[in-house]
Amino acid sequence: MLRYACLRVLGAIPTLLLVIAIAFLMVHAAPGGPFDSERVLPPDIAANIERAYHLDEPLSQQFFRYLQGLVQGDLGPSFRYRDYRVSDIIGDAFPQSMRLGALSMLLAFVVGVSLGIAAALRKNTLFDRLISGVAMIGISVPIFVVAPLMVLVFAVLLDWLPASFASGNGASRFILPVIALALPQIAYITRLTRASLIEVLQSDYIRTARAQGLKSASIIRYHAIKPAMLPLLSYLGPAIAAVLTGSVVVEQVFGIPGVGQFFISGAVNRDYTLALGITIFYAAIVIALNLVVDLLYGYLDPRTRAR
Amino acid sequence: MSGNTFFPASFRRSRAVSLSLFILGIIGLISVVGPYLTGNDYLSIDLYNRFSSPAMAAQSYFGTDDLGRDLFSRTLMGVRVTLFVAVIASLVSLFIGVLYGAIAGYLGGKVDAIMMRSVDALYALPFIFLVILLMVVFEQSMVLIFIAIGAINWLDMARIVRGQTISLKQRGFVDAARLIGVSSGGIIWRHITPNLLGIVVVYMTLTIPQAILVESFLSFLGLGIQEPQTSLGSLVNGGVNYMESAPWLMVIPATALALILVCFNYLGDGLRDLVDPKSTT
Repeated sequence: MLRYACLRVLGAIPTLLLVIAIAFLMVHAAPGGPFDSERVLPPDIAANIERAYHLDEPLSQQFFRYLQGLVQGDLGPSFRYRDYRVSDIIGDAFPQSMRLGALSMLLAFVVGVSLGIAAALRKNTLFDRLISGVAMIGISVPIFVVAPLMVLVFAVLLDWLPASFASGNGASRFILPVIALALPQIAYITRLTRASLIEVLQSDYIRTARAQGLKSASIIRYHAIKPAMLPLLSYLGPAIAAVLTGSVVVEQVFGIPGVGQFFISGAVNRDYTLALGITIFYAAIVIALNLVVDLLYGYLDPRTRAR
Repeated sequence: MSGNTFFPASFRRSRAVSLSLFILGIIGLISVVGPYLTGNDYLSIDLYNRFSSPAMAAQSYFGTDDLGRDLFSRTLMGVRVTLFVAVIASLVSLFIGVLYGAIAGYLGGKVDAIMMRSVDALYALPFIFLVILLMVVFEQSMVLIFIAIGAINWLDMARIVRGQTISLKQRGFVDAARLIGVSSGGIIWRHITPNLLGIVVVYMTLTIPQAILVESFLSFLGLGIQEPQTSLGSLVNGGVNYMESAPWLMVIPATALALILVCFNYLGDGLRDLVDPKSTT
């Protein structure tokens, strides 16, 4: 197990470096400088600005300077928000995003697993088909369609909940964003749980347990649920990536001042360092959490360690 | 045994498959023929008829937008662009995935191990953020969108193709080809790839909705298809701004997008179950 863990951790580092290198090169290959504007700056001032941001150095030197800062948790200065470091912006915005993402994941797993188990146990009944059909719609309809529709129905027409984060207070302003972000994940997890439990219920050892006269309820509870949950663990990695992507849209629609919103404003305003920093930050989260999932999987299912 | 042995679960599936295919066919047909029938084009601005609702508008089925443009024509144009982008982008990912998977599977051994380990590592990358960065940094163009989406979606294809290739290369006709001295490249191109066609087509129907999602996501953020061109994602994005006063501007393109995605997902799922009944979800 220790060997496996070490290998996995060592494997994650080049992946992260690769992302950093790709993103860094992409931004620095951009046509036009970050300070191009309608007003043409005098050459001396332009040169001064370039020097202040180390843009006059060779690319390799800039890259190592960037890596050096990165190791110390510094992502460089923002090009548009004067006097702000990118790391400070992320630090301020991340708690909002994390709360949103964590609540959505929790909701998605609780509801998705329950619905999936319920559907699997009533396989091919009307209830099962209804759940499967709704789950298919949930997978298909993108968040940027669901979120505005929810605002339209629950905030504008019914006026039950606040339409934006700023206009509400307390817990009520979290309800719509969390549900909007969780819905596609609920759909995925429901389908995954259903398929997995159905497969487990057809396996030989369940038949043996039945043959020994165990009650259905205890077979499901003690023998079927646990192995059926294993595929969910490996879905955790993609789920995290999907929630991060979705949070960009949800934060945009509901006006939540999270990392996703800064990412979009960085993208639209061509604030290269901000967009670059947030990309690397997201990549680090996704890679780290994938690593955790891998390690957990190796711990729970020793067969995967052998590979 | 439960159920009908002649038509197992796949029969019910195939009804969903044919219905999805039928709906997609109709949508595709209308999106191509429709503009000629109404006589409105998707670009003409009519400032006297801004925000006329579908019920009120005399000449347009879906009403008009903030510049008085006919939403029916715009939605049809959006459907066309969205489908076009998705199909081309899927072909890009198919090309990369098939080539990569076939080479890894056929050569096997160390090469295979290294190639597939890289795929595992790439799975952990949040590609979408790199794509957004790409869109921000470079001039947005259709070609860039194709390449970006194609680059995201080839990983699954590569895995599936590799698995198929490994089972194909143990077959007699590959041995025969090797015996008469065909090179590895020749065998992959002439003997392996054509036999992958069936499964590749099935998985391409599953890649298309993913490509649609990415394209419309980018367009929704204003980073994908640019004005005066339009796609369903950009239409939804435009509609969100007038959600309270003119909800149809968002609801109609959103419905079209959702319908297309649901149909493609049912189609892909159903076809995959027919080809490969063991696969789940």
